[in-house]
This record gives sequence, structure tokens and C-alpha cells, in this order.
Amino acid sequence: MHELAIAQSILSITLDKAEEHSAQHIDSITLRIGQMTGVEPESLRFCFTMLAEGTKAAAAELRIVIVPLTARCGECQSDFSIERYQFLCPDCGSAKLEILSGREMQVEHLEVR
Amino acid sequence: MQIPVMENILEKNDQLALEVNAMLTAKGIFTLNLMGSPGSGKTSLLEKTIMHLKTELRMAIIEGDLFTSKDADRIACCEVPVIQINTSGGCHLDANMVKDSLASLDLDNLDVIIVENVGNLVCPAEFNIGEDKKATVLSITEGEDKPMKYPLMFKQASVVLLNKIDLLPYTSFDAAAARADIGSLNPAIRLVEVSCRTEEGLLPWYDWIREEVAAKKKGYKGSIQADYDQD
Repeated sequence: MHELAIAQSILSITLDKAEEHSAQHIDSITLRIGQMTGVEPESLRFCFTMLAEGTKAAAAELRIVIVPLTARCGECQSDFSIERYQFLCPDCGSAKLEILSGREMQVEHLEVR
Repeated sequence: MQIPVMENILEKNDQLALEVNAMLTAKGIFTLNLMGSPGSGKTSLLEKTIMHLKTELRMAIIEGDLFTSKDADRIACCEVPVIQINTSGGCHLDANMVKDSLASLDLDNLDVIIVENVGNLVCPAEFNIGEDKKATVLSITEGEDKPMKYPLMFKQASVVLLNKIDLLPYTSFDAAAARADIGSLNPAIRLVEVSCRTEEGLLPWYDWIREEVAAKKKGYKGSIQADYDQD
């Protein structure tokens, strides 16, 4: 994936929020990254560190929470984890699924001072 | 101090994609995002599609590549409007690039825009560009293991075209495994097995485009009628 573009966006969101709250130093940035987004955490950290140099986020720790891929069956209303990318309900076999989680790419919160 | 944020990292692109889609929907244009590996046959597919459909549908093509206008030059020979976007290293098109290119098209006189994305089985699936539907081309020479290795490209698509089936006798491609894997990723997907070179299997693909254009026009006319009724 293009972790550089994603890191740029994370930095932009972070610095805007820090500005809004008059924060001087960002200690950590917590991200929710879905299992099915293909983002590589170490690559993302590397790109972020490079881009954040010289900014209030220069020493910020990127805390990456990987969100598992889960779905709800539209037929029997079961909620379940999707294993090995098999998009079928394990209870009734239906393909009518609503993805509940696993596609997120979000800045959840910041720790600042 | 903790600051809650809860912002989507790709929010800006998603917003622009919605704007692009709204702009094209307002003109009744069906927009398709065509994805696949480099060399899978996307441009060849477009050449055949244009030659077959251009007398009944008003088409325009937006080409995305890192460099050169080679693909746009091929499409230009088919005598439909074509725009080449060069990303100069970017691995996918984004909504902003597509939005900028629309200024060069006559949106009042088009039925369908097909965007041929940068050849890549990873990134294009993650970036909406304002399309109505996505289609992914997989050539059999790439191997039947690719859908499970690159699941999002196949999960997000409405149609998958298995291309180069004329070469099946010369490869060990396991078509049954490919069909099963694609089906498990996206049980509702329409799978079309084709050869752009021999034109085998392409008729259902042309029909799918016709159906989507008709459905888009129906929705468009519905909203026009609603506006008219309100007045």
C-alpha cells in the first residue's frame, strides 16, 4: 500500500486537532486500522516518523489497533468473524452480509500536552 | 490530555468521490472504475468494448498511468473522447485527479465514462474515484492464487473478467479454484471468462454495461421527473 499518503493524512488530521486544542506536544496517536485495508504497520510508522520530523508530532508514538473483519448475516442476523476471507454466514450459509468492522482507517484519539 | 478525534484518514478523498459521483449522476452518466494488474488486458478490453458499443452508447475514457500516453493513444484510435492522467509515480487514481479531468469532457453528451485505473492489484480498491461500480480484470497467466492474495480488489468489484482464456491450454491455471475463491470473496459477483484477443465470451460483458447504463438512466429520469413534479 501507499503508507506515505496515509501517513501524510494522519499527520494533517493530528496537527489540525492539536492546533484546535492549543496542544504543544503530541505524545501518541491511536489509529483504528481494519484487517482488510492492507496497511502495513511498520511501513506506516516509518513513513510517519519521516514526515513528522520538526513538527509537534515528531516524538509521537503511533498506536495501531487492528480491527478484525466481522459481519452480520442479513438472513439469520448472526454476527461472526470472517475467516480466510470467506464471505458466507457460518450458521445459515447466506451470502447476504453486512460488513460490521474490518474496513476502518481512522484516527481515534490523541494523547497531548 | 486525551483528545477524541474519530476522523477517517481517507475522508477528503471520500468526500471528493461523492462530489464526483453526484456531478455525473446529475447528468445520468454511468461511471465504471476498471482495475487490474499491469498487462491483465484492461486497455484491450476497452478497445473491444468501444468498437462494439460506441454506435449505441456515447462513451468517454479516462486513462490512468504513471507515465506516457500509450494507453490514451490506443483509445484515441477508437475515436471516442479520452483523457490521459499521469500520476508520475502514484500507484492509483484518486477522486481529485478524476474530478480535475472531467472539465475536459462534454458531460451533457455522454452515457458512460470508464476510468482505466493504474495497473495495480493493491491500491485502487482502497480509493473511491466517484464511480458507480468497479470491475476487475484478472488474466489467467497471473495465476489462480491472486484473488485470495489480493482480496479487496475482488471483494469490491461487481464484475470480474477472467481474461486470456485462449491461453488456457498453455498454462496450468486452475479455473475451478479461481472461480471458487472469487465466489467466496464475493458471492454476488458476476464472473465473465473472456479472451479480448479472440473476442470469446465478451457478449455478456457488453450486456452488463448496457444494463448498468439503462439502470442509471432510469434513476436519473426518475429524479428529473421528481423535480418536474415538484415544480
